[in-house]
Amino acid sequence: MAKFKKKKSGELPQASTAALPDIVFMLLFFFMTVTVMKDGDLMVENKLPSAETVEKLDRKNKKIMYIYAGKPAKGYEKFGTEGVLQLNDKIAQPSDLKQFIYSELALRKEEVIPFMVTALKVDKNVNMGLVTDIKTALRKENMLKISYIAGKPGAKR
Amino acid sequence: MGRRSSPEVNAGSMADIAFLLLIFFLVTTTFEQDNGVTRKLPRWEPDRIDTEIVIKKKNIFTVVVNKNNQMLVEDNLMELKDLRAAAIKFIDNGGGKSADGKTCDYCKGERSASSSDHPSKAIIALKNERETSYETFLAIQDELGAAYLFLRDREAERLYGQGNTYTKMNKVFRDPQVKDEVLKGKLKKRLDKLKDMYPQIISEAESKKR
Repeated sequence: MAKFKKKKSGELPQASTAALPDIVFMLLFFFMTVTVMKDGDLMVENKLPSAETVEKLDRKNKKIMYIYAGKPAKGYEKFGTEGVLQLNDKIAQPSDLKQFIYSELALRKEEVIPFMVTALKVDKNVNMGLVTDIKTALRKENMLKISYIAGKPGAKR
Repeated sequence: MGRRSSPEVNAGSMADIAFLLLIFFLVTTTFEQDNGVTRKLPRWEPDRIDTEIVIKKKNIFTVVVNKNNQMLVEDNLMELKDLRAAAIKFIDNGGGKSADGKTCDYCKGERSASSSDHPSKAIIALKNERETSYETFLAIQDELGAAYLFLRDREAERLYGQGNTYTKMNKVFRDPQVKDEVLKGKLKKRLDKLKDMYPQIISEAESKKR
């Protein structure tokens, strides 16, 4: 005959937390694989415009060189109110581009260089004058592939 | 000491460690996926201006944006929403012969003598001023790109069957997860052919000073 043990008082047994690490690790691996490292803080405003005919950029092999442009963000008012560039972690002017391009090229393997794409992350309120200056600098250095980074319409940025 | 079974390691703090790592990754990474409108810049040739090749006016589709973000297409004021149709009409006109003497047998345009001769000759010249806003510029670039995509899609479906649009094939071709080299080779051939039928010729001329 089976015996039924009576529970002491009516309390529930403690929930097991043994599976908690597994769940957390799962989340951890998810984030490790899906996300990418941020490349530094933005010092310029960067509301991207939207466009329909966008193509995904291949991040592999460091093929992409980023140039940010926009008005200085909050806290960086000392750089003025006009549109400026951000190259890596520094606020810069179009005249600094040449130096920047050379330093970026030096970081990369030689066989990647012909396939490099310059990604222009430009704030939508910037005037074309600044963008033209960037384009001219790129053309002078023979970096002819560019991509105007844009959000998809409807997606919030 | 006797032969005791070793005590089990306490794994209670494992969750804490994992949480710590998780939070680290949450903070330092982003979900960002960059999408962009890709264009190719013209080579820098400062001495070109004097020796510029003569292009017939009818083969150039001029789009001028002024500092108030108004758009002049072929000297007429135009709204952004009408640009795509106008560009398609221009590119697809096929009124004459290409450089190597072929008529555009796949064009479905009006074949008017006053518009472009052949898609390979049709040039879209986009001019802007320094004060033009980037948002407007990109919206126009987007519309022009969409005009080419529309035509390529149309031809792709005609040649390779319903559903095989240029956009779709390009997406598969560029997907780094697709490892099938045979498929990619085939797609590349098709894409190149379509690109050859409707080459994207958008000239972003130097913006005027002042």
